[in-house]
Amino acid sequence: MPINIKVLDRPIEDVSYLKATLKGMALTFKHLVNPHKVTVQYPEEKWQISPRWRGTHRMLTTETGKAKCVACGLCPTVCPANCIKLVPGEDEEGNRYPLIFEIDEFRCIFCGYCQEVCPEEAIHVGRHYENAEYSREGFVYDLERLTAQTHPVCEMWDPEDPRGE
Amino acid sequence: MMHVAALLQVVNPQIPPQGNGVFVIATLLKMVIMFTILMVVVAYLTLAERRISAWIQDRHGPNRVGPQGLFQPLADGLKNFMKEETYPEAANKPIFILAPILSFIPALTTWCVIPFGAPFPTRWGRIDMVVADLPVGFLFILAISSLGVYGIVLAGWASNNKYALLGGLRSSAQMISYEISLGMSTIPVLLLAGNVTLRSIVTQQAYGGWNVVNLTIAFLIFLVAAFAETNRLPFDLPEAETELVAGYHTEYSAMKFSLFFIAEYANMVTASALMVTLFFGGFDVPFTAHDNIGPFTGWLTLLSVMIFVAKLLFFLFFFMWVRWTLPRFRYDQLMSLGWKFMLPLALTYIIVIAAVVLVLNVAGITPGTMYSSILGAVNIVLVMIVFAILDHGRIISPAYGRMEGARLARLRGVAARSPLASGVTR
Repeated sequence: MPINIKVLDRPIEDVSYLKATLKGMALTFKHLVNPHKVTVQYPEEKWQISPRWRGTHRMLTTETGKAKCVACGLCPTVCPANCIKLVPGEDEEGNRYPLIFEIDEFRCIFCGYCQEVCPEEAIHVGRHYENAEYSREGFVYDLERLTAQTHPVCEMWDPEDPRGE
Repeated sequence: MMHVAALLQVVNPQIPPQGNGVFVIATLLKMVIMFTILMVVVAYLTLAERRISAWIQDRHGPNRVGPQGLFQPLADGLKNFMKEETYPEAANKPIFILAPILSFIPALTTWCVIPFGAPFPTRWGRIDMVVADLPVGFLFILAISSLGVYGIVLAGWASNNKYALLGGLRSSAQMISYEISLGMSTIPVLLLAGNVTLRSIVTQQAYGGWNVVNLTIAFLIFLVAAFAETNRLPFDLPEAETELVAGYHTEYSAMKFSLFFIAEYANMVTASALMVTLFFGGFDVPFTAHDNIGPFTGWLTLLSVMIFVAKLLFFLFFFMWVRWTLPRFRYDQLMSLGWKFMLPLALTYIIVIAAVVLVLNVAGITPGTMYSSILGAVNIVLVMIVFAILDHGRIISPAYGRMEGARLARLRGVAARSPLASGVTR
C-alpha cells in the first residue's frame, strides 16, 4: 500500500457495503420506473424558449407590406459587430427607405442593440434558433429575407416590469 | 438403413429415442435453434442495456430505428459489418485475429449443457431440452468458461498497446482470483445434488426446494464471482473506459470488436442461465413437482421453457441494473474482496454445509421436507451471521481503509529512511 494515502477515520461499525448497495439499487430502480424523462424529443417536441430570446433577425412591415425601416442609420452605428450594411435611398416624396439592408448573421453577436436603438421598431431579433443553411452566403440576410421571416420577435426588457410579468 | 427404419417407426414418446439417427438429427436441430436464439438474444441485449441505462438515467435511449428502437440491433450489426477492419502495424496479426474467436466460442459453447426445459415428447421418442446432456455437465462449464480469458489476454497482448496489455493483465488476474470462489461456491450445490449433471441438480431442487433458499451464501458468492467472470461492472477492470481507453479491445474495430461484445453478452446469458440452473431450480415450475416426472406433454415443455426464460430475463435485467448502479472497484479492493473475503467464506461454507449433510446422513434423515427445513434453518443462521457481523465494514471498506497506528508509523519510518525521500540524487 502506498504510504501517504489519506485515510478517513470512519467508525467501522457503521460501514456496510451491502446496505449501501441495496440502497443504491433501490434508487436506480426508482429512476428506472419514473415516467418523467428529461430528454426533449427534438424534432417532434421543441424546447419552450424564453420570450426574451435573441435569435436571427426579422424586419417588421407596414400594412402596405413595405419595411418599416426609414434608413436612419442608427443600427449600423450601434452594432458592435459591424454586421449591418445599410445604403439609404429617398423616394420622390422625400421619404427615406433602405436601398440595401443586409445583416451578416455570422458576424452578429445577437446583443439586440439594433432592436433597442431602432426608432421605428422595424428591426427585431427573433425568438428562433433553427438557422441551418447549405452555404455560407445563405447567412447574409437581405431585406427581402428579413421581411419574409415570420417567427415571433424578442420582447424587450421593460424597466416598469423587470420580471416580465 | 437401420437408422432410417428407426426414424419411421412410431415409438413411445415417453422414453428416449432408440436409434442414433433421431439423436443426431434432434441434436443438430437443437444446436441450430439454440445458436440462432442466442445470437438474437445477444443482439437484443445490447438494445436492452442501452434502454435500461437510459431509463435509469432519466433518458429515453435509442427509440428511433423502428417502433421503440426495436431495429436498432440490426442497424448496429449492419454498421459493424460495413466498417473498416484495422490492424495496428505492430500487432501480432495471427493472434490478433484469433483472440476475438477465442473469446467468442467458449461463451457460446457453455450453453450446450444447460437444460432449459422439461423433455419434449415426440412420435420418435422423448427429446431432452438440452443440447448435450453431458454426464460431467458442471465440470464442463467450469472448464470451458475459464477458456474465455485466453481471448482477452491474447487480445491485450497481440494489440501491442499498453492500455490493451494492462486490460489483458487485469483480466487474467481477476479471472484467476474469482474462478476459485466461483468453483468453491458451487460445491455445496453439488453436495446436495450428489451429482455434477445439471439435470440432476435441477431435479434435486424440484424436490428439495430451490438452492437459493437453502444455500443463500453460496448463491451470493456465485453471484459476485459471476459478475467478475463476465467482466461486468463493478468488476469491469479489463475495460475500464476511464482508465484504459477501452482495455483489451482498444485496437479492435468493426466485426472483431463486435465479437468481443457478443462474447461479453453471451457470457452474461450463460452466467444468468447457470445461476438459474444451480440456485433457482432451472426450468422447475415453482410449487409443483410434476415437471420432472412423466407423463411429459408439449404444454409442460412450453411452460417450463417459459419459466426458465423468465428467470433468465430477470437475471439479465439484474446484471444491467447493477451495472448502472455501482461504480468500479479499485484494483486492490478487487483483489482484497476475492482473496481475503470470498475465498475464506466459500471454504468455510463448504465445511459447514458438508458437516450439516454428514450429520443429516448419520441421523438417517433422507431428503424430504424435514431435510430441507433443517437446511433452511441452518441457512437462516448463517445468513444472519454474514449480514450482521461480517458485513460491518469488513467486506470492501477495509481494503486498506484502516491500518493500526504502529504499522503505519513503521511504514512511514521506512519511507523516511529511503534514499528517495531524502531528495539526494546521484
